[in-house]
Amino acid sequence: MKARVIVTLKSGVLDPQGKAIEGALKSLGVGGIGSVRQGKVFDIEIDAPDREAANRKLSEACEKLLANTIVEDYAIDHE
Amino acid sequence: MNSPPRAAVILFPGSNREGDVARALRQASGAPPTIVWHDDRSLPEGTDLVVLPGGFSYGDYLRCGAIAARARIMDAVRAHAARGGLVLGICNGFQILCEAGLLPGVLMRNAGRRFVCKMQYLRVENASTPFTRGYARGQAIKVAIAHGEGNYTVDSTGLAELERSGRVAFRYCDAAGVLGGGANPNGSMNEIAGVYNETFNVLGLMPHPENLIDPLVGGIDGRGMFRALAAA
Repeated sequence: MKARVIVTLKSGVLDPQGKAIEGALKSLGVGGIGSVRQGKVFDIEIDAPDREAANRKLSEACEKLLANTIVEDYAIDHE
Repeated sequence: MNSPPRAAVILFPGSNREGDVARALRQASGAPPTIVWHDDRSLPEGTDLVVLPGGFSYGDYLRCGAIAARARIMDAVRAHAARGGLVLGICNGFQILCEAGLLPGVLMRNAGRRFVCKMQYLRVENASTPFTRGYARGQAIKVAIAHGEGNYTVDSTGLAELERSGRVAFRYCDAAGVLGGGANPNGSMNEIAGVYNETFNVLGLMPHPENLIDPLVGGIDGRGMFRALAAA
């Protein structure tokens, strides 16, 4: 089974990299950019009998390693 | 003084300040530390002090210190800390201690986005711990900083608790010990440069006291920490 884990900074946490990208996009003349927040994507192949079981394992992976939940949130998507 | 405390310096793939901290420990105590590989399961018998040195463990992959914090040796470091053993994390070592849950908070990208490498003054906030007895409370010491992710961040409850319990170890300041203005190099909350755990036997700090132990390189204010540890 294939899944995608998306880790993003919690709202309110300063994201200097996102700010830099936002500035670069604006200076490139890309119109309409309001703001940019940078995150991380993990494409994971996982063995599990069903989605629910996969979600449990992936949540564990996020809590143990993929996200630092002090400053980051995570979301799990399935293909 | 009795026999010097036995120190162990943990070496992760990508650590690069282990030689500097070994030199500082040897200068203060007369005894060189044991270098311990991250994949070992145990610390040398009778270890009193564990040091996690600076560097870029695992190339800062995922988050600074995140992979090293899950290394095999960290179970032994956690057990050592739980027994009341001393643990010092410097720079990447501080990031590792936060990721390992031995210290609260997280070190985020510097607010100014730049890697900062310069001399920096710190105000000693608490001079009654095994790490800081060589200093006076409120003293401004000159050390070096070299980091891209030193922006100390913690939730508001955690911050209040650190302040209430006197667990802020050092704050960034100017040469006169004054906080604020341009003295904060990375945007850290409350100018925090280092914090203790609840029992004051684990200290993490971003600056490098181990690099200021020889007049040849600009000062000796770092010696106080290693002398205090040698006498602990």
